[in-house]
Amino acid sequence: MNKLWLIIKREYLTRVKKRSFILATILTPFAFVLFFIVVGFIFSYEGDDKLKVALVDEHGILDRKPANEDNLFFVIKDDGYDQLVSGMDSSEFDVVIKVPEVKILSAKTFEIEYHAKKQLGLDIEMNLESKISSKIRDYKMREMKLEKSQLDNLKSSVSLTRGGVEGESKFTTAIGAGIGGVMGFIMYMTIFIYGMMVMRSVMEEKTSRIVEVMISSVKPFQLMLGKIIGVGGVGLTQILIWSILIPIGYLLVGLFFDFDLEQMNSAAAAGSNVDVAGMEDEIMIFMNEVRNMNWWSILPLFLFYFLGGYFLYSSMFAAVGSAMGDDLGEGQALTIPITIPVILALYIMMVVVTAPQSNLAIWSSIFPLFSPIVMPARLAFSPPIWQILVSMAVLAATSIFFVWVSARIYRVGILMYGKKVGFKEIGKWLFHKE
Amino acid sequence: MGILKIDDVTKTYGDYMAVNHVSFDMPEGSIFGMLGPNGAGKTSLIRIITTITRADSGAVYFNGEKLNSTHPSQTGYMPEERGLYKKMKVGDHLMYLAQLKGLSKKDAKSKIDYWFEKFGIEDWWPKKVEELSKGMQQKIQFISTVVHEPKLLILDEPFSGLDPINTNLIKDEIYELNRKGTSIIFSTHRMEQVEEICEHIVLINKGKNVLQGTVADVKNQFKDNLFKIEYTGILPENVLNMAKVIEKTDKSIIIKVDAETDSNQLLQRLLQQEVFIHSFNEILPSLNEIFIKKVESIGMTSEE
Repeated sequence: MNKLWLIIKREYLTRVKKRSFILATILTPFAFVLFFIVVGFIFSYEGDDKLKVALVDEHGILDRKPANEDNLFFVIKDDGYDQLVSGMDSSEFDVVIKVPEVKILSAKTFEIEYHAKKQLGLDIEMNLESKISSKIRDYKMREMKLEKSQLDNLKSSVSLTRGGVEGESKFTTAIGAGIGGVMGFIMYMTIFIYGMMVMRSVMEEKTSRIVEVMISSVKPFQLMLGKIIGVGGVGLTQILIWSILIPIGYLLVGLFFDFDLEQMNSAAAAGSNVDVAGMEDEIMIFMNEVRNMNWWSILPLFLFYFLGGYFLYSSMFAAVGSAMGDDLGEGQALTIPITIPVILALYIMMVVVTAPQSNLAIWSSIFPLFSPIVMPARLAFSPPIWQILVSMAVLAATSIFFVWVSARIYRVGILMYGKKVGFKEIGKWLFHKE
Repeated sequence: MGILKIDDVTKTYGDYMAVNHVSFDMPEGSIFGMLGPNGAGKTSLIRIITTITRADSGAVYFNGEKLNSTHPSQTGYMPEERGLYKKMKVGDHLMYLAQLKGLSKKDAKSKIDYWFEKFGIEDWWPKKVEELSKGMQQKIQFISTVVHEPKLLILDEPFSGLDPINTNLIKDEIYELNRKGTSIIFSTHRMEQVEEICEHIVLINKGKNVLQGTVADVKNQFKDNLFKIEYTGILPENVLNMAKVIEKTDKSIIIKVDAETDSNQLLQRLLQQEVFIHSFNEILPSLNEIFIKKVESIGMTSEE
């Protein structure tokens, strides 16, 4: 036990003390926050110059000019389209648009030519299109003698909420999917990153021949387990630091730059024309909803699935690492049977967050090779207790079994040199006597 | 009672019998040479002794006890293929290996300090292993093998890759440890080193032990009853009648006598002649010759 602890300590400390680990752990959250800021800026970018737009309305379609915007000024002209176009270079207008004639009210598509000093951006074109189309709509309403209020009355908004469940709102499903997706993805990433780390480390020990010295002092199983636990500890440390640093970074950026990141992000997602007041309400509901999630059961379960999935996969990575020779490329084929289930699980997870109670969701969250990624994605939807329990039991049993199987492969593999190893060979190792 | 008793041990890998019913005793406090060509099964046997693998059949006794998990902490093993964690600091690395052998932190520290002082490498502690030359790494490897003061030290080709100076340094340490009571297994195929260092040997070939005993016994067993005589004067024919001349020059002669012939008798006869004897030596075969003879004869019989 004491030896296992020594191994765990070494595996953990040598990694955590590495400069690359410290940099990655501290810088990644900042990179993350920086990324959001940059994305926010990109989406809030609206072009540099102000454009003066002349709307030539020869047929009296416009009742009044569209409201000016930060970068768009509108002026209505009754006629003189041709002069405006030909004299454009010297005129004050940057854009000249001829408002089309609406001959019949049922006409739905209008192709309008515009002239501009320089090519307009796609977003400005779309903006102008929507401005003119709403003006045409207003014109049609006037002609049809429709009141705006009448039209508004036609609109109905329906939102589905599941009855009999407390504290659920129209956001619950979307938020569940979001949180589930994030958790599933974190699991996917950690299994890969830290599983590979275990594999590389086993290979290094084998190629540097330290392993023979080591196992004359400790059992191969202790060495493998110590490595897996140590590296797993590194993973947990990193996740823990990130889960503290990312929110702090988020807040700091908010304070220093004095803008509301959440609003910016949602604005970025929803496009530029958003009803800000409405947005704020939605954000409040959203934040409430996130707070109301049952974190006290989600987080421990997440930890359980992290450990289960990590042990299951990293032990396999350790076994494969022990079978590999010095040639990483040659051994790559051996990792395929491990990577395929992980990738499959990721895809299943993406479907499962949109249909969390489907048969696919239930079975894949019980199947132990998928459950570490799929079940965390379902947790936000409060799946039935029995499913969680069954899935946990199956995962725990399978993890222990895989660690055992991998240890049997490992103890033979680490002492096997100069031999190209295939699956058949590895299969034989399983039944080797000690 | 010997420190180590190997009793009819076998080990197979697949169809290949790496260790084939090997038995021998190793006296406590001896330097024991384990010889054999490459692939003879030496490493397989060592791995069994160090509990890295387990014998398929037979038993190993350490200090009279059947080999168990308490014994690895009493053995020190330096494998032929050596390695250290390249990124670790030398001192931390030795602390780690010493603690894995069961030393407390305090003991480990003081013993490592002792060896650092002994080798005059006190300033190596904070260096990374990868910064050291190969010979320097070998020294660290040696310290890591003996730092926990093992009762049994197993050295697999300990001098390979070492320059003469470091070879002598390590050799001296081996002698000193042996004087202090450490039993040492010295595995190699370099016969001249065995002859120089070992008292007892076992010769392993194709998984079997084909020869064992003290170096002197083995040599006697394989001697051809050759004598070399250096002389001045004329050697009379009748003396030579009792022996076969192998090689003769003006000043020396090598003769082969019958096994029963007493060397004293021969010498007595020579002294009665008018010949001046400068030296009279029995020519014993070198271990190398015995080794090659034995290995080749086995190779021939097994090919039949």
